[in-house]
Amino acid sequence: METLLGIDYPTWWFLVVGALFSGYAILDGFDFGAGAWHLFFRKEQSRRIALNAIGPVWDGNEVWLVIGGGALFAGFPVVYATLFSAMYIPFMLFLCFLILRAISIEFRSKEPGAIWRRNWDVVYGVSSIALPVLLGIVLGNVLEGIAVGKELNYVGNGFFEFLNPYALMMGVTALSLFMLHGAIYLLLKTEDRLFAKLTILIKGAIVFFVVSFSITTLYTLIYVSKVAEHVKSSPVFFILPLLGFLSIANIPRLVIKRRFRWAFIFSSLTIAFMFGVVALELYPNLLLSSIDSSYTISIYKAASSLKTLKIMMLMVAIGGPLVLTYTAFVYRTFRGKVKLDNTSY
Amino acid sequence: MSTEILARIQFAFTVAFHYIYPPLSIGLGLLMVIFESIYVRTGNKEFHTLARFWTRIFALTFGIGVATGIVMEFEFGTNWAVYSRYVGDVFGSALAAEGVFAFALESGFLGVLIFGWNRVRPGVHLVATIGVFLGSMFSAIWIVVANSWQQTPAGYHIVGKGLEARAEITDFWAMVFNPSTLDRISHVYLGAFLSGTFLVLSVHAYYIIKGKHVDISKKAFKITLAVATLCTLLQLFSGSKSAEGVGAHQPAKLAAMEGVWEEHQPADMYLLGWVNKERQTTTGLAVPNGLSYLMYRDMNHPVTGLKSFDKEDRPGQINAVFQFYHLMILIGMTLIGLTIFGMIQLRRGKLFEQRWLLWVFVIAAILPQIANKVGWYTAEMGRQPWVVYGQLRTGAAFSKHVTASQVTFSLILFSLLYLLLFILFVYLLNKKLQHGITEDDGDMNTGVRAEITETIVN
Repeated sequence: METLLGIDYPTWWFLVVGALFSGYAILDGFDFGAGAWHLFFRKEQSRRIALNAIGPVWDGNEVWLVIGGGALFAGFPVVYATLFSAMYIPFMLFLCFLILRAISIEFRSKEPGAIWRRNWDVVYGVSSIALPVLLGIVLGNVLEGIAVGKELNYVGNGFFEFLNPYALMMGVTALSLFMLHGAIYLLLKTEDRLFAKLTILIKGAIVFFVVSFSITTLYTLIYVSKVAEHVKSSPVFFILPLLGFLSIANIPRLVIKRRFRWAFIFSSLTIAFMFGVVALELYPNLLLSSIDSSYTISIYKAASSLKTLKIMMLMVAIGGPLVLTYTAFVYRTFRGKVKLDNTSY
Repeated sequence: MSTEILARIQFAFTVAFHYIYPPLSIGLGLLMVIFESIYVRTGNKEFHTLARFWTRIFALTFGIGVATGIVMEFEFGTNWAVYSRYVGDVFGSALAAEGVFAFALESGFLGVLIFGWNRVRPGVHLVATIGVFLGSMFSAIWIVVANSWQQTPAGYHIVGKGLEARAEITDFWAMVFNPSTLDRISHVYLGAFLSGTFLVLSVHAYYIIKGKHVDISKKAFKITLAVATLCTLLQLFSGSKSAEGVGAHQPAKLAAMEGVWEEHQPADMYLLGWVNKERQTTTGLAVPNGLSYLMYRDMNHPVTGLKSFDKEDRPGQINAVFQFYHLMILIGMTLIGLTIFGMIQLRRGKLFEQRWLLWVFVIAAILPQIANKVGWYTAEMGRQPWVVYGQLRTGAAFSKHVTASQVTFSLILFSLLYLLLFILFVYLLNKKLQHGITEDDGDMNTGVRAEITETIVN
């Protein structure tokens, strides 16, 4: 098989998709997280500041989902088709909440009425909570395995198949991680009263995350033991989860020292390490079959032609730096604490 | 209803709703770039105000366009799993290119476009406006490339059999520049420019009638009318070129569009008509041998009729394709007449005195929207029964193990959500238009109103 720098093309694309998904989780993660806290803020002024903290960037963050989805579709169409039809209901709910959230951000500020705004606040807060939970549920299903049949298509049945305790636990864990991540982001963007309130809320966020993370990890090791096979197989693989634990442990320390910029870097790293661990566990597979392990879809079974993968690697090589450049430009333009003006939400 | 029918309904509904917004964004984007460039060059504050006003409307259409667009991407996987596997290798790379090159450009600069007026210099802001506009143009390219490939597949070969069969790229550029891409992308662009320009014309005509913002509206109207006139005329050529392409590459579709039944005879061109599928006839007002002339510049050149194709290879809804196609042409001709008449009146200096004409422009904003819709219905229904022309049937392409109840659930969800979205869109659009062309957003976040809100909420 043809390789680039000693790594074959499907593996390269596996890394690209992994990087895009982690990028998406880090970026949309903090604005989902910020939204999940929204209803905890009681004052109109605080809610507006919190909303405007993500105002100029949330749309750009969502682009990573489109690109990540497109990358999965293009590189591993079999997985795209099978995963998306298997996770029909969670993905449809995800889309609906995504739309509701987008319109609540856009429309909230368009009327001055208190009732109008409160209703949109509820829509915004609830959808910001639901979205990470649904993402976690999908991830949980991927880790447990999906009803993949002989022709590598989805053969399961049932409206509620996606709902099971493990998937739900993953959902709660994803929510807690994003809430922690989002709270740190808001601490970076706010001052005065809202900032003071957040310094209290973040303690709860840390506890919520550590508890749900620990329970899910234990449950994974005991009941979904096949997931941890790779890590157990070689001590070298312990490095990634270890780094993950260290970066989690670092967050409370940095928060107490009020070094929020570093705390944000470490909560981002935590997300990246978690995706790293998931990728390590799955590789070279993408979708585990819960019916028969010989139906499991590996990256080699799922990959597009070599030609397509090469074209797309070229696109990533050219387009990647461009995307990073204007992302950096936007974040630079809107750096610092939020100041409301006549363009704000 | 079966999963297949429900999946078709859901896709048609969600894509039709989605397509209200992207053409508006592209068209408004063009005018924002024009207005803001005039401001940056001349320093005329009026054009700054105009650019800001239309940016606010743009933000509304763009936001809904993005949100409803993600749905389309997901639906390929959720509802059309067989299709996704089949076209992934080809379609996927176009979709990935859209994400990397177009969508990121748009959304990256969108923040600066909307929130950056006070943060960056005018020149830099103009760059952001152009960035968003170009992003939306690129994004149209890639999605039209993918759709054109479904109409006229090229640069690929089929690998595997049965459920495992799929198209793989053999020549990337042949895939990108497949026979219909260029015709269709220009047709789509012009359609988008028309929907944007006619919205702008409509709003400014309304202001002139109501005596609000009259001076600024007249300036905007003149510039926009010039752009619109150019676009309607170009659209005539682009449309005729597109039809020729369809005739050459998708003969069954052309036959349905024009209601041609007989196998190899010169064909008439209908101005109005009705297609009877059972009796296999078309009746109506026709230019004798008109279609032969239009396609081949030869009155006696034969045209392939529907009877040349097996029943199962003909589009299912022939009369609908015929009617949609003819409605599109009727609207196109009307718009040409209207813009040229408007230009003549403008030259005579009488345009703004004729209230009835201004009212026509107010109402005309709906016409390009309808034309865009029925044009796409023609393209997509005319392609049936194929999802990839001549290769993969729509009836074989859906997700077999998604149940009808699941699709019903999501269809109801989307129907309710989009209804809400549309009501809010119209409500807010109206509100912004009532607020008028000003520098501030009218969102009542500043000043006394905001303090009142503050007091009420706390």
